[in-house]
Amino acid sequence: MLYVVMAFLWVAILLYLLMGGADFGAGIIELFTTKKNQERTRRTMYRAIGPIWEANHMWLIIVIVILFVGFPTIYTTMSVNLHIPLVGMLLGIIARGTAFTFRNYDAVTDELQVVYNRIFMYASCVTPLFLGIIAGSAVSGKIDSAAGNYLDAYIFSWLNFFSVAVGLFTVSICGFLASVYLIGETENEQDVQRFKTKARTTNIAAAVAGTLVFIAAKLDGVPLAEWLFGNAVGVAAIATAMVSLALLWYLLSKGKKIIIRVLAGFQVTMILLAITYQHFPNIVLLKGGQYLSLTDGSAPEKTIYTLAMALLIGSLFILPALFYLVYDFQHKKIVVSKPKKNA
Amino acid sequence: MDDFIAARSQMALSLGFHIVFSCIGMVMPFFMAVSHYYYLKTNQPVYRNVTKAWSKGVAIFFATGAVSGTVLSFELGLLWPKFMLHAGPIFGLPFSLEGTAFFIEAIALGFFLYGWDRFNKWFHWVTGVVVGISGLVSGVLVVAANAWMNTPTGFTFANGQYSDIDPVKAIFNPAWFSQSLHMSIAAFAATGFAVAGIHALMMLKRKNVVFHTKAFKIAAVFGAAAAILQPLSGDISAKFVAKTQPAKLAAMEAHFVTEKSAALIIGGIPNEKNKEVNYALKIPGGLSFLANGDFNSEVKGLDSVPEEERPPVAISHYAFQVMVALGMIMMGIGIMYFIAVIRKKQWRNSRWLLQLFVWATPLGFIAVEAGWTVTEVGRQPWIIYGVMKTKDAVTPMPGIVYSFYLFSAVYLSLALIVIFMLYRQIKMVGKLYDIPAGEQLINE
Ligand code: HDD
Ligand code: HEM
Ligand code: HEM
Repeated sequence: MLYVVMAFLWVAILLYLLMGGADFGAGIIELFTTKKNQERTRRTMYRAIGPIWEANHMWLIIVIVILFVGFPTIYTTMSVNLHIPLVGMLLGIIARGTAFTFRNYDAVTDELQVVYNRIFMYASCVTPLFLGIIAGSAVSGKIDSAAGNYLDAYIFSWLNFFSVAVGLFTVSICGFLASVYLIGETENEQDVQRFKTKARTTNIAAAVAGTLVFIAAKLDGVPLAEWLFGNAVGVAAIATAMVSLALLWYLLSKGKKIIIRVLAGFQVTMILLAITYQHFPNIVLLKGGQYLSLTDGSAPEKTIYTLAMALLIGSLFILPALFYLVYDFQHKKIVVSKPKKNA
Repeated sequence: MDDFIAARSQMALSLGFHIVFSCIGMVMPFFMAVSHYYYLKTNQPVYRNVTKAWSKGVAIFFATGAVSGTVLSFELGLLWPKFMLHAGPIFGLPFSLEGTAFFIEAIALGFFLYGWDRFNKWFHWVTGVVVGISGLVSGVLVVAANAWMNTPTGFTFANGQYSDIDPVKAIFNPAWFSQSLHMSIAAFAATGFAVAGIHALMMLKRKNVVFHTKAFKIAAVFGAAAAILQPLSGDISAKFVAKTQPAKLAAMEAHFVTEKSAALIIGGIPNEKNKEVNYALKIPGGLSFLANGDFNSEVKGLDSVPEEERPPVAISHYAFQVMVALGMIMMGIGIMYFIAVIRKKQWRNSRWLLQLFVWATPLGFIAVEAGWTVTEVGRQPWIIYGVMKTKDAVTPMPGIVYSFYLFSAVYLSLALIVIFMLYRQIKMVGKLYDIPAGEQLINE
């Protein structure tokens, strides 16, 4: 049953990265869109994610709940030492979620829209940045839960080259996922071209950020290369990711809309697999070579059993409904009216 | 302010903020379902408009509820890591089930908000009902988790070790039923009165009267019915607290000394030093009766627990008095409303009754906040009653004070924006949903 719970944890992280990531990415893309086209991007995005955006963020809650019920040591260690980036991420989540809703549901359309849009765009960048920092810190081996002083315990646990580089990488991946996703959501050729260009630039940005991660890993003494290339699964995952990347660039120019989505999702999945595989089941690496393990640090058997049952039964309800929601809105596009005129 | 107080204040602030939005998120879908049902049955456009106008408001509240809830699930760890380390595996199950309920709620909301004219109309209606039911279920689950903190069960605690963990027993801890029942009714009472009050105000101002009259009626019936049930369920809660948490009961009743035939103290200023309550109205034997159903029975006072295990008396007592007083007032208004509906047709839509509702707009939510203050402050100094002290659970990180200031600023600005947006929604009703005069006549 422990493995069922771990599988759910992994899948929930992946889905949050993909669905939540595309969702964040849409805001990032909007920020890097010229004023002239912003309104159109905004409408495309609203049509694409409006109905499911609430559900996209539920994956994060699932991750948190699995952690605090099933792996309390991991949850509490991260909560204590990564308090500051967690608060940063929370502020981003608050700002983004509310700004998104306010701009779509405000009864009056006026200058305030500009404020909502700004908040939405910046928060869309800040949140995945902190998310990446948190993820990077978890594996960086910099978390110092035994430190006696404030800086080591609460600042340098996450403020280091490696974590920040992972943060930037996450931001660019989100932008990439969103542009690939949005290509399939627009009807007119001009917008398709725009998102294609965006997909290429964000992909290049991700490559640059990825290189940065490697350099930072060297500087900070994180054995990243060894994790990725030190075992067959890692090598295979990275290799297939590379192949699919090449394929994606090719198909992008061919204008295939759906298969490139699958490829983009596949790449992110492979990256996550490569990173987590090598040091499974130790998902949090602490300073001084200690680690928190999913197997040793888990909750008692009975808790894990009930948690697994709850997750299995829950997904029986959730997955079909979620699938139908996504499917239906993919097939019958919602009509988004032009912005209301100020009354 | 020291970090410990800051952590407690931040938790209280976040929960006190979230509870408002979650009450609305739990209850409004039912109001919408009723109005939507009338629309589907009668085809009167006004009901469609009420449903749509409400659903826009709900979307705003829902998103704010969702982000503030997300914050809470992190804050449990950010502020109380040592509590979560031990409690997570025991009382976490309701949260994971709640996760499912939220998910279903979020999906159903997607169907509902974006589903107008897309689906079979009854399928669309059902998705709205599903939003309400899953909201209510998640409310019950999370309150069951809180109830566990009051009456912890499902584990053995010995020598600082937690063993024999049984998460199912922990959900069905002794307090889960009385607390969940009381909270669910409270959500209906508070939301019903708040919504009815706003529509009553608009009726008094003679703005879009048809629209607001229909909306008022739906909200008022729910609110009034819940307000009448609430004191009954409160009585169940009080009897239960008397049995399981004598210190809390003593604090909320400002009952200092264990005695037989204890008096019920109404109002007054508790003096913790002299162990007496000044300027209070005392009903002899009243407390004994309320707590045990017998005027002569013994009620444990604060002196029955060691000094360092006594909750703050004044706050608990005031909060309890506020809740009960408001409960009585709301019950009174509720009874009057039903009299108006059933017997005295001339009372209906009379100005004074509407004015009463306007005046009562915030009462339910004040009572909700007061009630939670009773529950949480009355449990102090324990975070898990009888097992773990709150001060032993707090995060070791210094500087929580700043985090408290930061979150206070965030919540304050969010609250202001939401109020402002709501104001705009209501102001726009005329423009967006008003029905031309001719049509109104046909439909009336
Ligand atoms: C509309 C709101 C509202 C109203 C009118 C009342 N309550 Fe209440 N009360 C709540 C809203 C609430 C609450 C916010 O929902 C609480 C907090 C925890 C809980 O489960 O419910 C609560 C808690 C609570 C508790 C503590 C339970 C515990 O700590 O386990 C008691 C003893 C009562 N209530 C009793 C009453 C009585 C005798 C009322 C008589 C009129 C009353 N309440 C009206
Ligand atoms: C939404 C309704 C709730 C409100 C308004 C509320 C209110 C409060 C208040 C006022 C405090 C501070 C008590 C003090 O400092 O003396 C507090 C503390 C706390 N509450 Fe609640 N509470 C609610 C529900 C819950 C739930 C459902 C949980 C968890 C399952 C919870 C967990 C805690 C924790 C961990 C603390 C900190 C420790 C403590 O001070 O007891 N609360 N809450
Ligand atoms: C008595 C206290 C509480 C009640 C009655 C309650 C109820 C609800 C409800 C009905 C929602 C759905 C959102 C909405 O309709 O607006 C919600 C959202 C949420 N609540 Fe609470 N809640 C309480 C306390 C808590 C606590 C203590 C936590 C954290 C541990 C929490 C975590 C969440 C989360 C994560 C969400 C977001 C889910 C979403 O995206 O829909 N809640 N809550």
